[in-house]
Amino acid sequence: MSHRPLSLLLVAPALAVILLLFVVPLVASVVGAFEVGDGFGFGNFVKATELYTQDAIFTVVIVSLSTVLIGLFSIAIAGYLTLGENPRTVAILRWLYRWPMFIPFIVTGQVLRTFLAKNGLFNNVLISLGILTPVQAESFLDWRGIVIAFVWKQTPFVTLLLAGAMASLDRSTIEAARNLGASRLRILFEIVVPQVATTLLVGLILSFVTMMSVLSVPLMINAQSPTMLTTDIAFRINAYGDYGVANALGLVSLLITSVVAWIYLRHGVRKSL
Amino acid sequence: MSTTNDAMPVPRSSMKRLPMMDLWWLPRALVLGLLAFVIFGPLTNLVLWTVAERWYFPNALPMSYGFSFWARVFSPRGNAMEALGNSVLVAMLTVILALALAIPAGFALARLKLPFRGLILLAFLLPQAFPNLPVYVNIARVFYQLGLNGTILGVVLVHMTHGLVFSVWIATAAFSAVDIELEQAARSVGASAIRTFRDITLPLAMPGLMASAIFVFLESLDEFTGSYFVGAPDINMLPLLLYTASGGGNYQIASITALVLLVPSIGFMLVVERFLKSDVLSKVGH
Repeated sequence: MSHRPLSLLLVAPALAVILLLFVVPLVASVVGAFEVGDGFGFGNFVKATELYTQDAIFTVVIVSLSTVLIGLFSIAIAGYLTLGENPRTVAILRWLYRWPMFIPFIVTGQVLRTFLAKNGLFNNVLISLGILTPVQAESFLDWRGIVIAFVWKQTPFVTLLLAGAMASLDRSTIEAARNLGASRLRILFEIVVPQVATTLLVGLILSFVTMMSVLSVPLMINAQSPTMLTTDIAFRINAYGDYGVANALGLVSLLITSVVAWIYLRHGVRKSL
Repeated sequence: MSTTNDAMPVPRSSMKRLPMMDLWWLPRALVLGLLAFVIFGPLTNLVLWTVAERWYFPNALPMSYGFSFWARVFSPRGNAMEALGNSVLVAMLTVILALALAIPAGFALARLKLPFRGLILLAFLLPQAFPNLPVYVNIARVFYQLGLNGTILGVVLVHMTHGLVFSVWIATAAFSAVDIELEQAARSVGASAIRTFRDITLPLAMPGLMASAIFVFLESLDEFTGSYFVGAPDINMLPLLLYTASGGGNYQIASITALVLLVPSIGFMLVVERFLKSDVLSKVGH
């Protein structure tokens, strides 16, 4: 079973596609970021810094905040699914939490655009419950809308990965700790989460990068300034055909994710390398 | 994880029937009710928009209901049918191409000796590990020169590249989860490597491969950014139609399109655990 040429042959076509249709354009975008007129220079970055520094910070804050919230919610849900003692609650929760997972980003954008609007169901329910008056109702279609959309969409994905990893844990340590009187919260954070930390990290990093690439959610929920870098890139291309600044902004988002990818390389994949 | 709960009642109505043995039923019911609102509230709002004829602020509910927008969307002259056709065609071609590449690659990564296995596996994560937008922008630039911009093939190629992330990683996990002793047993009674793969490994890995096929299909159906740069405006697809309608303030048409995109996704969610068992999930990334 150990024919090296054969195994390389089996992998080669798929690898070639990634190389030609992903790596090459990626390199082109990095090179393109430095193309100024006929030569190379930092002109695009100067312009990008002047125009979009605020948006870069905005992007990092929104995506980081979303990642933290996704992590907390997914630990809470997956933890209850694993350690919950009320079978009916566990069953309902298991049925409930996954709904947004396969809802496309573009649909999430549209759904929350109507839900969080001034006249959306969210405000209407608060008003009919007497929590808000119609005058106080405000639109959430700003940075909060983007964070809500990201957390709403990505939490089930990380939870699914996490609950799967937790389900395949050895139950005996959990039972032993339980018999010794440890609270479920303590078992969750001292026994369960450390054992599934790699899965959690992988899920969160995949979510982080996904959120860095999604164009439809910021475009549909909050396209006014300040907005996310993805919207700015699309704007530079569509409005000005300005590939230079677009690629410079692309490189900035690449650098932001490289920091995260570096963490992944250090902790996540080291075992399988 | 393997048993799903098909007969589960609607959560909000079932809360009253939670056992009241201890005082914890109250916070439990509250949290579940809140979660149900957070998840189904937005979806309800979407459904309301699909049947709202007129709905202005400050009316809490639509002022009149009807299906006239459905008729408009699905009229033979409407571009929704064309968009639906294009979306399904692209998604099917993407699945076929992605799996044709991912099954051999996944098998080699799971079972055969491969130099730099970790690095190769990591390479397939690239489209997920870097923001796609700059890549799509530059692909569109090259495709434009090649005449691939605004063609079905161009969109399929872009979707397939991203689909390889899921298909290769899940295929690798699915093949890894197959008990190697079964293969060894087949080989030891004289089955050839190819026969072992066809009769033992492939059928056992099939649920995982099916799951990856559905993942790729849905990814392609829902993909926006790549289609936006490579396909638009020549190739009309459902996500592009949704975006244009929503941008134009036509929430009814946007919501109907969104609902059409939702149905296959929700359907998959309800059956995903039949395909993607926790033994495969726990092998993802290993």
